[in-house]
Amino acid sequence: MARMKQFKLGKEHNSFMQKKKGNNSLDRLMPIILAIIAGISVLTTIGIVVILITESAGFFQAVSIIEFLTGTEWTPLFADPKFGILPLIMGTFMITLVASIVALPIGFGSAIYLSEYAPKKVRNFLKPILEILAGIPTIVYGFFALTFITPIIKLVIPQTDLFNALSAGIVVGIMIIPMISSLSEDAMNAVPNSLRYAAYAMGSTKLEVALKVVVPAAFSGIVASFVLGLSRAIGETMIVTLAAGALPNIDFDFLKSIQTMTAYIVTTSQGDTAYGSVEYRTIYAVGITLFVITLLMNILAGYISRKFREEYE
Amino acid sequence: MKQLDAERQMRRRKRKNTIFHALFLSSTLFGVIALGMLLIQILSDGLGWLNWEFLTNNASRKAEKSGIKAAIAGTLWMMSITAPLSFIIGVSTAIYLEEYAKKNWFNRFIQTNIANLAGVPSIVYGLLGLTIFVRVFGFGKSVLAGSLTMTLLILPIIIVASQEAIKAIPVTQRNASFALGANRWQTIIRVVLPSALPGIMTGSILSFSRAVGETAPLIVVGAVAYITTLPSGVFDKFTVMPIQIYTWANLPQEEFHHVAAAGIIVLLFMLLSMNAIAIFLRNKYQKKN
Repeated sequence: MARMKQFKLGKEHNSFMQKKKGNNSLDRLMPIILAIIAGISVLTTIGIVVILITESAGFFQAVSIIEFLTGTEWTPLFADPKFGILPLIMGTFMITLVASIVALPIGFGSAIYLSEYAPKKVRNFLKPILEILAGIPTIVYGFFALTFITPIIKLVIPQTDLFNALSAGIVVGIMIIPMISSLSEDAMNAVPNSLRYAAYAMGSTKLEVALKVVVPAAFSGIVASFVLGLSRAIGETMIVTLAAGALPNIDFDFLKSIQTMTAYIVTTSQGDTAYGSVEYRTIYAVGITLFVITLLMNILAGYISRKFREEYE
Repeated sequence: MKQLDAERQMRRRKRKNTIFHALFLSSTLFGVIALGMLLIQILSDGLGWLNWEFLTNNASRKAEKSGIKAAIAGTLWMMSITAPLSFIIGVSTAIYLEEYAKKNWFNRFIQTNIANLAGVPSIVYGLLGLTIFVRVFGFGKSVLAGSLTMTLLILPIIIVASQEAIKAIPVTQRNASFALGANRWQTIIRVVLPSALPGIMTGSILSFSRAVGETAPLIVVGAVAYITTLPSGVFDKFTVMPIQIYTWANLPQEEFHHVAAAGIIVLLFMLLSMNAIAIFLRNKYQKKN
């Protein structure tokens, strides 16, 4: 009997040891597997950079970079094609300009309200609504621009085109308001309350505390949110494709149809340009321009928020 | 006299405060009103066209016979690949970065890289998908190519959200597990992940809803709009709801704008229910802590 028991114990012990060993080898194996999976995001970046460079290299063999960057006509599908990207950059710039006129003051004001003025209950009610606004797909915004904002603009200024930069720009602005508002608010929330109390103790009104204490202290975060918002506006695609039209021009007329870099890529990839032709490769040339611009802006935003951060600890 | 001046100045400062209070409040309300107008506009345009036939018909050249069935099927097909794949890759990456990665240049590089990927315009992911998945891998304009493109697009969002959730687990819980003799992997699987799961789920669901609403990269990858048969495998061509809506909205006939609005109602209903689940999860587990 005793031997039986010992045997059983030994077996249990054995399986326990085996299990432990299994767990240990899993503990050694998992970090390696996880590291390989984590590499996918690095591969994605490499993939983006490599395909943009290799595919646009073919384009720049046919068209000189100087012509591409300084030409004022963009007509890749004409019999006598012109490949100057300036009209597309102008279109993107106009949309971003209108969007920032709408979104920067409103996003900034709403961040101050939510961070400094709003009672907790009101804040808890308004925040989710802004989050819903942030979650609405851009195609829905595009439809809204086309069927609601454009008719209103046409009512005020009848000679407006059906597709125009103004309507699309306004709606892109509405789209980035929640982003600017919530990032700026985060920056303002990070300002310690002791600073506010000190200002109140000296008799400041709420406005004075907000504008003279909180905003300067959160300045880097606020500016970074502006830059990120604009970068988002530059990369916005569906609103401009649907509401701003498809006529690249450099006229700086907000009531006319324009084309942005993003809209060009979408429209052209829908068409039937032959794979490998110069026209086909334009989408990569435009893509790499767009990628470089947004990347620089995102790096700038990160730099601003790190470099000019005020530390209060 | 002097006191009167001071009083007047105080009144002025207070009035200024009141005016700006109103201004700030109205900027916040601007967003609310914009959302309200957008919803009213879409409901009044599309509600009359939304019926059972709209949900069960395929695309058609006639507005009255148009339906969104193929697009819903396409979206579900795409998400059935994108959701699990991006969840597994995203959470694994987050675990690696938070629990294993040492603070060296390579891991800092991965972290910066993820932050930058989140800022890349979605259309650029479309170009990536078109070149790599459609051409190089030879998947063609298929469900698979679209799903993989979408997976890469929402990956940074899932990674960052999961990292935040894992960071929020106090180190005392890990130490307690180590003290009981558990190794690092056991601690991650049995202690860290169960506590972090609500946060991870919330972030993931929000990024899934981003994938459901995304249009531009899928147009570039070649999801076609006019489709009359449902996809029956991952190599079939497909369309998704936002692309179907885009096509309808782009048509000149007024009736198709109503069809587009009806499609938007279906899309928003799906997205809002996903967001509601995410917010519910967050609120439920936030109270516990």
